Amino acid sequence: MENNYLADLWNSSPIVCVVLTGLVLLLVESVRRGSGRLSYAVSLVGLASAGVLIVAVGDVAQPAFNNMIVQGPYAQFFTVIFLVTGILTILLSRGYLDRQGIHRSEYYLLVVFAISGMMLLAYAMDLIVVFLGIELMSICLYILAGFMRTRGTSMEAALKYFLLGAFATGFLLYGIALIYGSTGTTNLEQIAKSFAEHSASPMFLVGVSFLLVAFAFKVAAVPFHMWAPDVYEGAPTMVTAFMSTGVKAAGFAAFVAVFMRSFQYAGSPVNDVLAAIAAASMIIGNVTALAQVNLKRMLAYSSVAHAGYILVGLAAGNADGFMGILFYLVAYVVVNVGAFGILSLVEDSNGQKLSYDDYAGFSAQRPFLAALMSIFMFSLAGIPPFAGFFGKYYVFLAAVKADMIWLAVLGVLTSLVSVYYYLRLVILMYFREGSGDVAVRPTWAAMLSIGFAAYLVIQFGIFPSIVVDAALKVF
Amino acid sequence: MLDNYIPIFLMIAVGVLFGIIMVKLNEWLGPKRPSEEKLTTYESGMEPVRTARERFSVKFYLVAVLFILFDIEVVFLYPWAVSFKSLGWLGFVTMTVFVVILFLGFVYVWRKGALEWD
Repeated sequence: MENNYLADLWNSSPIVCVVLTGLVLLLVESVRRGSGRLSYAVSLVGLASAGVLIVAVGDVAQPAFNNMIVQGPYAQFFTVIFLVTGILTILLSRGYLDRQGIHRSEYYLLVVFAISGMMLLAYAMDLIVVFLGIELMSICLYILAGFMRTRGTSMEAALKYFLLGAFATGFLLYGIALIYGSTGTTNLEQIAKSFAEHSASPMFLVGVSFLLVAFAFKVAAVPFHMWAPDVYEGAPTMVTAFMSTGVKAAGFAAFVAVFMRSFQYAGSPVNDVLAAIAAASMIIGNVTALAQVNLKRMLAYSSVAHAGYILVGLAAGNADGFMGILFYLVAYVVVNVGAFGILSLVEDSNGQKLSYDDYAGFSAQRPFLAALMSIFMFSLAGIPPFAGFFGKYYVFLAAVKADMIWLAVLGVLTSLVSVYYYLRLVILMYFREGSGDVAVRPTWAAMLSIGFAAYLVIQFGIFPSIVVDAALKVF
Repeated sequence: MLDNYIPIFLMIAVGVLFGIIMVKLNEWLGPKRPSEEKLTTYESGMEPVRTARERFSVKFYLVAVLFILFDIEVVFLYPWAVSFKSLGWLGFVTMTVFVVILFLGFVYVWRKGALEWD
């Protein structure tokens, strides 16, 4: 028994490491109040050591804690995404928080705890653990969204996110209860085994659809996307970056884990529903993004659209689709951290300078940043030499293979629409005269992380096989 | 499958009906002698001085949240204490970890001054 427990601890050591980091941060803030810089260092070291541990543990699938969580390539893949996102976010945040006058160690604490929740989602093998992970992640984010507590928009974002998020959590729990009621288990493997006999039971199907509602809310897919634009706009920019990358990836980690392991069989009605949600997200996300003036809002609607593209892979439900999802998430996360990083550099201390027009003539003042921003926009639009292209390619390929050609066609058409609003920013930066000068004082850490993000975008665009090989190992 | 729930539905229906019937019976049978005294907030108690709908300090909220947190801790401690022997050292260690984590939260709350009232 004791030995077994130690093995479980070893298998879950990356999560334990991140949680311990959070606890140390709690202690640091208790002992030395206002120790933002120390917390910054501690959180970076903690996340980096979790990264070392995830490599050390290896990628052999091993269940732990009575099959509640499972360590393996799936968990490993997503954990690496979360840790990289977390480290880049923290590197970018410090300068931003200083400029906004909200540099407090609680920020790092909440980010670290949110990451531990996300990792729990990637490890989850049981619906209860999924619930635990989503709550751990969401509660931290509700607070982070309202981190600028003197600014009205930030408070609005926090309140909106909290109320709607709590509602979605209710759906999640109710869905879990109904599934438990009809199958007698919350374990994903056992649900999968009994799927065939329960697939016609109305109680089970209602439970599955409630889970679908909850996950669609967390990844901001239409028609559960209403919170995204307001929350993304109101929250501090780096928190928005974290929300649109880490949280979205975590939402999909749970979404894919649950729907792939338990509910996904060829020709099941679930796939049709997923396809409809994907189509609606792509259309509404992209078309609404056209009309935005504020860049954070534009990226919010673009994130709705990208949730749609990723859901295409899930709706296809074949091996290509899952591989496509993983690749897409990597490409999307890296690009969004970079793009939001640049937004956070340009934003002034009153939360202004976030509209398209503020970027007119940006290339003349900050040629390097403008070039990086263009790379990110090209990648989001899915133009070939960058990572975003291959993400879309694999996802649409999966849809074609699954005989969902209409979905692939719709995806390509809506991508064309998206080119307009992404490239509008590039055109403004390069071909328009700027009115005033933009005061950008990037820190070294910020420049380094934005540069690293851009490097990854190009690297994965030219050599997609790095990610593809890792993703293929997962399935 | 839904057959199993018929007793519950019956119970709900009986409950609703019983409630309505009792209220209506009371209305119909009971004597009515209204007086001004009966409309006051406390018929035989203190005179209310101000409205109850006032803003009160947000500190009450903080205290309530902290209370719930440690209350829940006790809720977890009780079942553990009852089955202490069968859980053995593993249970002891697990519970110690749980309490230590909560204690760290307590230290944080304390140091941040959330327990001081001014």
